[in-house]
Amino acid sequence: MNEKTVTFIVDGKEIKARPEQTIMKACDEAGVYIPRLCAFKDLSPFGSCRVCTVKVNGRPQAACTQPVGEGIVVESQTAEIQQIRRNIIDMLFVEGNHFCMFCEKSGNCELQAMAYRLGILAPKFPYMFPVRGVDASHPDIFIDWNRCILCARCIRTSCEIDGKNAYGFIGRGPHKRVATNSSAGLKGTDADVSDKAPANCPVGSLMYKRIGYAVPIGCRLYDKNPIGSDIEMKKTT
Amino acid sequence: MQKPKIATASLAGCFGCHMSLLDIDDRILKLIDLVDFDKSPVDDIKEFTGRCLVGLIEGGCCNEENVRVLQEFRKHCDILISVGDCAIDGGLPALRNGIPLKECLTEAYITGPTVYNPSGKIPSDSEIPLLLDRIYPCHEVVKIDYYLPGCPPPADTLWQALTALLSGKPIDLPYELIKYD
Repeated sequence: MNEKTVTFIVDGKEIKARPEQTIMKACDEAGVYIPRLCAFKDLSPFGSCRVCTVKVNGRPQAACTQPVGEGIVVESQTAEIQQIRRNIIDMLFVEGNHFCMFCEKSGNCELQAMAYRLGILAPKFPYMFPVRGVDASHPDIFIDWNRCILCARCIRTSCEIDGKNAYGFIGRGPHKRVATNSSAGLKGTDADVSDKAPANCPVGSLMYKRIGYAVPIGCRLYDKNPIGSDIEMKKTT
Repeated sequence: MQKPKIATASLAGCFGCHMSLLDIDDRILKLIDLVDFDKSPVDDIKEFTGRCLVGLIEGGCCNEENVRVLQEFRKHCDILISVGDCAIDGGLPALRNGIPLKECLTEAYITGPTVYNPSGKIPSDSEIPLLLDRIYPCHEVVKIDYYLPGCPPPADTLWQALTALLSGKPIDLPYELIKYD
């Protein structure tokens, strides 16, 4: 067994890690939460949302993909980095149609929870109000593209966990969106209610049907505790 | 010394945010000790009687009258606050932002499955404010100083924000009081 450890600094705190770990994995184990949206514990790192941006020896890097290194100095909770994160969340809100007031995911939504954690009262960029559709053709699952933040967690879950290939990206830049692997839409794919993909969607974009609003307001995942507090709890244990 | 004045308005909203203000319960008596209400549905004063410290705006702008009222509030209020999701991002009315106005009116007044309208006309009386092409969040029309999100914002959020402003402190909301639903 390789017992080698590396030591690095995050916001002035010394953290020990195994050399093969990413900065995010090492920080998670040490009880230091780095905000993230596309990174997910059961999936391989993707590095697309950039919410986990940290400065490594002064250079911005995605903590979910950047490996640890001996003696590196990582800045995460600085005013500058937090503002970068706020800007990213702001942009995600204005470039979609995020109607929290009637969304089934509200209270359990990671995008919303991230905005709460970062103390965002209103996005500062102009709303784009894009015209996007819904695919409700499948009997048990639906896609609402209005809420999609292009994190690829559905695509990766379908491949890596469900062993399918139900979703994929099409288009580039502002035209990029998640597509289903069938011209007939979701009903033409092998997506199934037992798939993990809908469960791993951070927002209300890929959802199981008929379970909305099951948990009352006040008891939902992020009603009382900010996102990431489960990781930060490790600090005290 | 004269008490500072508060004005409120509901533009393209549902009055839910005003209901949430009433939901501060008996603290409303304390509020009346602290402020006078000027133009507001709460006291039914229709026109501004003077300068106001705080203006609370519920709802976004869906028609020309909303824009006029909002501009009037900006003129008369030192601090203007967007209260609730409709004022901040258009809210439910903004669901029509992806639909051309003509299509919207045609379905509402002519082709909708439950419409009974023998005249077959879309109402166009000059008394009815003209609809805008889409819903505009308040800060896209005038400068807004603070935002209190929620649908509606919790009564405690409104109370904390108002009492902070009235005592000259910054609005510093705890985690539980920032909600978008």
